[in-house]
Amino acid sequence: MFLLSGIILLTACSKTPVEPNYDQHALAPLSVEFDNIVGGQKLVLNTGTYTNALGQPYTIQLLQYFISNIQVKKADGTTYAVNPDSSYFLIRQDDPASKFARVKVPEGNYTSLTFTVGVDSLRSTMDISKRTGVLDPGAGGHDGMYWGWNSGYIFFKMEGTAPDAPADPTGQHKFRYHIGGFGGYNAPTINNIKVITVDLTARGMAQVRKDRAANIHLMVDVSKALNGTTNVNFATNPQVMFSDYSMNIANNYATMFVHDHTEN
Amino acid sequence: MNRKYIAVTGTLMVLVFACSRKLPGDNVQTDAGIFAGFQQPGNFPVPVYHFETNPVTKEGFELGRKLFYEPRLSRNSTISCGSCHIQSSAFTQHGHDVSHGIDDRLGSRNAPPIMNLAWSPLLMWDGGIFDLDLQPVAPITSHEEMDETVANVVSKLQALPQYRVLFKKAFGTEQINTGNLMKALSQFMVMCVSSRAKYDSVMRKEGNAAFTPEEAAGRKLVSEKCGGCHREPLFTDGTFRNNGIGIGANDDQGRFAVTLRPEDRYLFKVPSLRNLAYTAPYMHDGRFYTLEAVLDHYSTGIKDTPNLDPLLPAGGIALTAGERKEILAFLNTLNDRAFITDKRLAEQ
Repeated sequence: MFLLSGIILLTACSKTPVEPNYDQHALAPLSVEFDNIVGGQKLVLNTGTYTNALGQPYTIQLLQYFISNIQVKKADGTTYAVNPDSSYFLIRQDDPASKFARVKVPEGNYTSLTFTVGVDSLRSTMDISKRTGVLDPGAGGHDGMYWGWNSGYIFFKMEGTAPDAPADPTGQHKFRYHIGGFGGYNAPTINNIKVITVDLTARGMAQVRKDRAANIHLMVDVSKALNGTTNVNFATNPQVMFSDYSMNIANNYATMFVHDHTEN
Repeated sequence: MNRKYIAVTGTLMVLVFACSRKLPGDNVQTDAGIFAGFQQPGNFPVPVYHFETNPVTKEGFELGRKLFYEPRLSRNSTISCGSCHIQSSAFTQHGHDVSHGIDDRLGSRNAPPIMNLAWSPLLMWDGGIFDLDLQPVAPITSHEEMDETVANVVSKLQALPQYRVLFKKAFGTEQINTGNLMKALSQFMVMCVSSRAKYDSVMRKEGNAAFTPEEAAGRKLVSEKCGGCHREPLFTDGTFRNNGIGIGANDDQGRFAVTLRPEDRYLFKVPSLRNLAYTAPYMHDGRFYTLEAVLDHYSTGIKDTPNLDPLLPAGGIALTAGERKEILAFLNTLNDRAFITDKRLAEQ
């Protein structure tokens, strides 16, 4: 019996790297890479041509989304939530450096990753002085990720051209999907906050150590925003912003994050 | 020797001056009087604005005032907040049904007054903005209003030494950002308190202020027939309602755009009845130019549209000619001349 236990333990040890002591004050670097693709293809802004599930061709001119509230979990169930003041990231396809969400977590072996697509309601209603960096409501401009008229962040923004989309007033055949909605300040409204949990055991857990730079590499198939439970039709829904239909797109894109591998 | 004496005396004077400025309640008397900060009028409720995260200081208020009248907030430096919120019109754009912004573009709604906003939990006709500190983002970035970005405004102001000095005085840093820009504007806006109308003097029993019999009768009528929404002392309950004016040509659905709830279709914020003499035209789209037209609407013009407010009687609010006269007499006691002529709130 003891021998058997010993063998099991030894076997377990030989497969699992040594687990460091869990110390919430000994933080080490971890990055999560959001590698945007379209179906089986590389995402190339403006020139890449893709086809949606309805057979409608399209290009993508702009793609950006908020990732926030990163949490990691160990096999024994211990979870660590990154300090909220350092846990908001805007992933922008036109800025390669932005595809890494860089955080600090205690040294350890993590088997699960959880994050939010969007900005939680607490931060969405926080005093303006606490909303700096990517959360600055004034940082936007035309491509901004904030609605001034209906206070709140745009969580996911995807724009491009599609011949099936009707011509807009400028004559372009564009689609514009600006998805937000944190649930309402004092009246319940649409809530498109999506919390995503990704299992890391099959494709490689994250071994976070002070002297290393673990990187959880996610493939993000952005075509899933258009295809899935709802197949978005460019002809009938060329613009989706603050509307009930936006929930369909949010439900679609909640499925687009897939763990590919981990670089430890 | 003589020169040294002057230098020492000069230094001492500077020191004394600097010290005296720091004493609370001992501010230098200016033309505008002693700066008392935000004061809750005796007949008003507790404000809802979060003063704990943005206390009003003399420096912050004065910076906010300068920003309020600063045309650099617009793309081509032609429009300031004060362009559509004119003090002499109780900070509305008198005579314009809908707001008239940059490049002669027209908005879709009537510019609301900058008045008693410290008591307003939700802003705009549809309540889409829930914090006064976030409010200026909307007009600055709106295509029809200032058509600018907040980031550009920040960099334009940052380039001006005078603003760097003023931000340093108000917030302890020369670094201008969205947060301190918005907080300065809020400090000015919350100080736009209209509480010195005849009505307020009567309520606070100042001197021998009293209503005439006609005004007193009007007050009773307003309380009975309008008070369900236009509640004293702010003369709004801050809610959103469909008052039966009928659907506008542009099918503006009001609060529905913000909440997407069918029960919010065609609801707009209940406006205050204060300063009506200065704020025509009336309603969210400025469709009524006179108070007589507004009274006509409530007595005979109510249209049965979706979500018509249940407080409105189906056949309208019956009013005799005498009652209308009394109501108008009372409404006249809500006009606050001291507010619209207050030099502290004017462009300096």
